[in-house]
Amino acid sequence: MGMTITEKILCRHTHLDRVHPGELISARVDLALANDITAPIAIAEFRRAGGTKVFDRNKIALVCDHFTPNKDIESAGQCRTVRAFAREQAIDHFYEGGNCGVEHALLPEQGVVLPGEVVIGADSHTCTYGALGAFATGVGSTDLAAAMLTGEAWFKVPESMKFVLTGALKPWVSGKDLILHIIGRIGVDGARYRAMEFSGETVAALTMADRLTMANMAIEAGAKNGIFPVDVTTRAYVAARSDRRYVADPPDPDADYRDVLEIDCSAIEPQVAFPHLPSNVRGIGEVGDVRIDQAVIGSCTNGRIEDLRFAARVLRGRKAARDVRLLVLPATPSVYRAALEEGLLAVFLDAGAVIGPPTCGPCLGGHMGILAAGERAVATTNRNFVGRMGHRESEVYLANPAVAAASAVLGRLAGPDDLT
Amino acid sequence: MKTLQGRIWTFGDNIDTDAIIPARYLNTSDPASLAAHCMEDADPDFMKKMRPGDILVAGENFGCGSSREHAPIAIKAAGIACVVAKSFARIFYRNAFNMGLPIFESGELHDRVTDGDEIEVDADRGLIRIGPDGPPLKIEPIPPFMQQLLTDGGLMGHLARKAAGRAERSPA
Repeated sequence: MGMTITEKILCRHTHLDRVHPGELISARVDLALANDITAPIAIAEFRRAGGTKVFDRNKIALVCDHFTPNKDIESAGQCRTVRAFAREQAIDHFYEGGNCGVEHALLPEQGVVLPGEVVIGADSHTCTYGALGAFATGVGSTDLAAAMLTGEAWFKVPESMKFVLTGALKPWVSGKDLILHIIGRIGVDGARYRAMEFSGETVAALTMADRLTMANMAIEAGAKNGIFPVDVTTRAYVAARSDRRYVADPPDPDADYRDVLEIDCSAIEPQVAFPHLPSNVRGIGEVGDVRIDQAVIGSCTNGRIEDLRFAARVLRGRKAARDVRLLVLPATPSVYRAALEEGLLAVFLDAGAVIGPPTCGPCLGGHMGILAAGERAVATTNRNFVGRMGHRESEVYLANPAVAAASAVLGRLAGPDDLT
Repeated sequence: MKTLQGRIWTFGDNIDTDAIIPARYLNTSDPASLAAHCMEDADPDFMKKMRPGDILVAGENFGCGSSREHAPIAIKAAGIACVVAKSFARIFYRNAFNMGLPIFESGELHDRVTDGDEIEVDADRGLIRIGPDGPPLKIEPIPPFMQQLLTDGGLMGHLARKAAGRAERSPA
């Protein structure tokens, strides 16, 4: 019996000849990352264990992206803790201020993560890097502290589920809609403890941005990781960003999958996840009349330049409804600059948008776009749990950037085709 | 592991980490500050009602969502003795063992109890009893590696023990 992509990558990072689902292994880590919320606990654990020097200063990333620009005195203190540690340990990949972006948009863009690598991050959306054909998974701060000390992490080798995607996408359908559809089909624990491996003719046609969005939300189905095969699209993306060597692991033809699900992508319309679970999805044709107070375009899920272009196609020459607050947060400084140079920021300003800095801010109800009781937001983010973006009586509807833009214009949940 | 006895509070399926400790409070990692808001978006009055030693009982996929270790920290610092759920989301499961919050899987308990019931969790024998005379329910066995983590006081304690073992064995 052969191995899946996930099994091959994990195996190559141990001393074993092969690994099996369910087996407990210790694997070498190519990158360990944390942010301004999770790093302080990891640093404290590192020191409590007597740690004085990280295992490899080039294999740790610390990204101050959540409550930044510092939202209050306590948050400033957390960033100060992270900064002091980064300086002391001469951490190569330390980001804050003008070089900082939302971690899972920033690190692939900067060539910090490559195919075939093992990445752990004290942030659940670390699974994003599966888009590059890396094994990447979220862990807690203590796991991260252990990895900073030893360069290794323990894993239970996950069973893999294969998703075979076929068919051409309808207009205004993106990776966001495919992953929302899949989560709606299998549920928020439908891939619990498992790897979600994406394959099929549709995958070959997806941009890296779409793949990053899909792998990003694997965690919303409970998965340990999401993973894509490495192809010409991946290689071109990586070649433009890094000259480090990497290994691409195709799945063995006789690899063993727990489940194989076929998804006919040609039947999928733009999707909206209603409160309060990402699995609570409806097609845009079935959303009914849902008034919104805020539209948020950004985040590690949908804050890349392709996402801003998608939104701008809808917003060009149009204005957000008077009672809708439209927020656009480019996910990284490079995305921000590209949006400026391409004239997208002018489109957003003309539409009445507030353009924010690269930050996770509103996605997790941190700052820069909090909802009052009774308010509703359509957002290109990844979670719509109770209280996620503010008051526990507020609501979040998840959608792609074009749907968020069209909803902002009409003041209610709507797709681009609803605009005249 | 000693037997845990306590009054229970029940929660449903898919209790996410934003419900356990909302992100708006993550500008600190101080356990007592986090405990003050434990379960706030699932039940705003929870911390007024609960007493140290109480037990959380939940449905499927407890702790889904974020990787924030603040969630098990808040539960432990609030004085919750343990969490018994039908199933746990994987990062929460891992975090709980890594930082020493006892958690147990039982497919049956949640459907048989209501708020205020008293239960007894006997981890060594793998049994839960509802009330003094209730029938024993089985707990899913804890994998040996996870048991070792608990014995060693969490992941960092486990690593320290392993390192000490290596030092003793090394020739010099």
